[in-house]
Amino acid sequence: MHIIVLVKQVPDTAEVKINRETNTLVRDGVPSIINPYDRYALEEAVRLREKHGGTVTAITMGPPQAAEALKEAVSLGADSVVLLSDRAFAGADTWATSYALSMGIRKAGPFDLIIAGKQAIDGDTAQVGPETADMLGIPFVAYIRKIEKVEGKLMVAERLMDEGYDVVETTLPCLITVVKEINDPRVPSLKGKMKAKGLQVKPWTAKDIGADESKIGLKGSPTQVVRIFPPAPRGQREILGGTIEEQVAAVTKKLKAQSLI
Amino acid sequence: MSVKVIPDTCTGCETCVTACPFGAIEMRDGKAFITDACTMCGACVEACPVQAIEKTAEAGAPVADLSAYRGVWVFAEQHKGEIASVSLELLGEGRKLADKKGAKLSAVLAGSGVRDKARDLIAHGADIVYVADDPALKDFNDDAYAAVLAALARQHKPEIILAGATAVGRSFFPKVASTLYAGLTADCTMLDIDAATGHLHQTRPAFGGNIMATIVTPNHRPQMATVRHKVMKPAPRDDGRKGEVVEVPYTPAGPVRTRVLQTVEELSETVNICEADIIVAGGRGLGSQKNFQLVQELAKVLGGAVAATRGAVDEGWIPYSHQVGQTGKTVCPKLYIACGISGAIQHTAGMQSSETIVAINKDPDAPIFSVATYGIVGDVHEVLPVLIRKIKELRG
Repeated sequence: MHIIVLVKQVPDTAEVKINRETNTLVRDGVPSIINPYDRYALEEAVRLREKHGGTVTAITMGPPQAAEALKEAVSLGADSVVLLSDRAFAGADTWATSYALSMGIRKAGPFDLIIAGKQAIDGDTAQVGPETADMLGIPFVAYIRKIEKVEGKLMVAERLMDEGYDVVETTLPCLITVVKEINDPRVPSLKGKMKAKGLQVKPWTAKDIGADESKIGLKGSPTQVVRIFPPAPRGQREILGGTIEEQVAAVTKKLKAQSLI
Repeated sequence: MSVKVIPDTCTGCETCVTACPFGAIEMRDGKAFITDACTMCGACVEACPVQAIEKTAEAGAPVADLSAYRGVWVFAEQHKGEIASVSLELLGEGRKLADKKGAKLSAVLAGSGVRDKARDLIAHGADIVYVADDPALKDFNDDAYAAVLAALARQHKPEIILAGATAVGRSFFPKVASTLYAGLTADCTMLDIDAATGHLHQTRPAFGGNIMATIVTPNHRPQMATVRHKVMKPAPRDDGRKGEVVEVPYTPAGPVRTRVLQTVEELSETVNICEADIIVAGGRGLGSQKNFQLVQELAKVLGGAVAATRGAVDEGWIPYSHQVGQTGKTVCPKLYIACGISGAIQHTAGMQSSETIVAINKDPDAPIFSVATYGIVGDVHEVLPVLIRKIKELRG
């Protein structure tokens, strides 16, 4: 099997804080990491390769330093990597990102399966997976928590839904996104780390992948961010004191007054 | 569009360097310099104390004939014939947007044996309901649902299409947006029409809820968005409202590629936490499965749903379907009671937009108190029994 994994380098949002005095994001010392969901995607790809044979290719689009995320992917078991990097890609929204990824994937060669994390923790849109699938003309199944079997050109998997799960059968090639329940990602192996260390990543430009310039970067993006601002601070905030009886009485009184209980 | 530093105005204070969510600003020769990592989000423009950074909009060429697009649409999600509450909320919001635009509000309903539900959608604000009623649409299927909506949108050219940010909406809406080359914004919590341009302003949380971003689709149509549960208000039901029901045939876009073999419901409670008005949530601070039952008891007394942090789910106290936070669900109830939850951002990202938050924690410095409306400082094992008793008393 040739399995392609979509990877994104993200700031560790757990480390991002808002400075309430200046109302700005404090990004000092926030490390860049592989999007945590993509690690589940990568692990699942490596497991499928171990079972069925084949190769795993990790692909990302980003600034030159996104090569670090690809090196990490190699340390975790990817066989080869593709970095799409070009100033012309800058400012891409999910549509333009998906377009560039789909063109890069076409150049990377025939594949059986594409796996991505259910969403990236910086944007949280969960759109690049399904949009890329559509542009490649292949089926898409979201929120996979278990791959039951891959047989010939068919895959059966469990899709997590709001109230439970569906058992879904899909034809291959297809694109799936995975949730954290699917596996427990391994730590990088020593061999993997060595391989990653020596890895030379030569970026593919917009021209290399034959992208239509009107469909990439900011110019190709239907959506644009017009404003970024901190969330409104919560209204009155009251930390009570006193005995437990007193605190509970005070809270229930307030909730009752708001008809919440 | 581009973001530029005006060197003569820049004082080199470095505020923008820390404000940039993408680490795209460096200091060069004592002035801010914007690198290739810039996504043109504009956070630095807001942060700069001396207005030394400007964002210029080049008038892009419209890809679609914008004036040809009219009307507001809502995708009406249904499960086993029941309309999802978020769809009714969107009809309430869609009605307001349609009235502002002086346009009609339409709903799109897809399923099997669901045509009777069109009346409900009209009663909640729709002027037109397009119904695709076909056995092939019984189970949720990305290809089939996208085919229905994309075909209708091509034919009728709506200006705006909304869906709930549910498992279903967030799965198939991107396919429709991709096909139509439309702008799609995920997980919105605020929508409005810009008075000057008439564009839809779509506001959503990003970076785990640390910042809000307002997004527009200036040159493409339709403008599509998924919207969170509970942030919009449904219009009261009015059975006297008149509307038109249009039946549309279902034409598959191609051979069937995916199908649902089986659907399993596994919530241990009957309430979907995304739809609940009251949620009682427990964290690792409860210490044991037995103590977690206090959370379940409080939820029962309040008629609410039970939720949990990743920690409590990992302990095996409750199934994953109940998990709230970055790797679980995002909820927005009227009342959220956090019991024995420290308040790591991974959890608060999923609940901080709740209307009223009550936090119970013995550590007065626990971060959960910074998002709480009311904080009870005390041992959760002692507080919960008192709270349960008190609420029982109040309810008689």
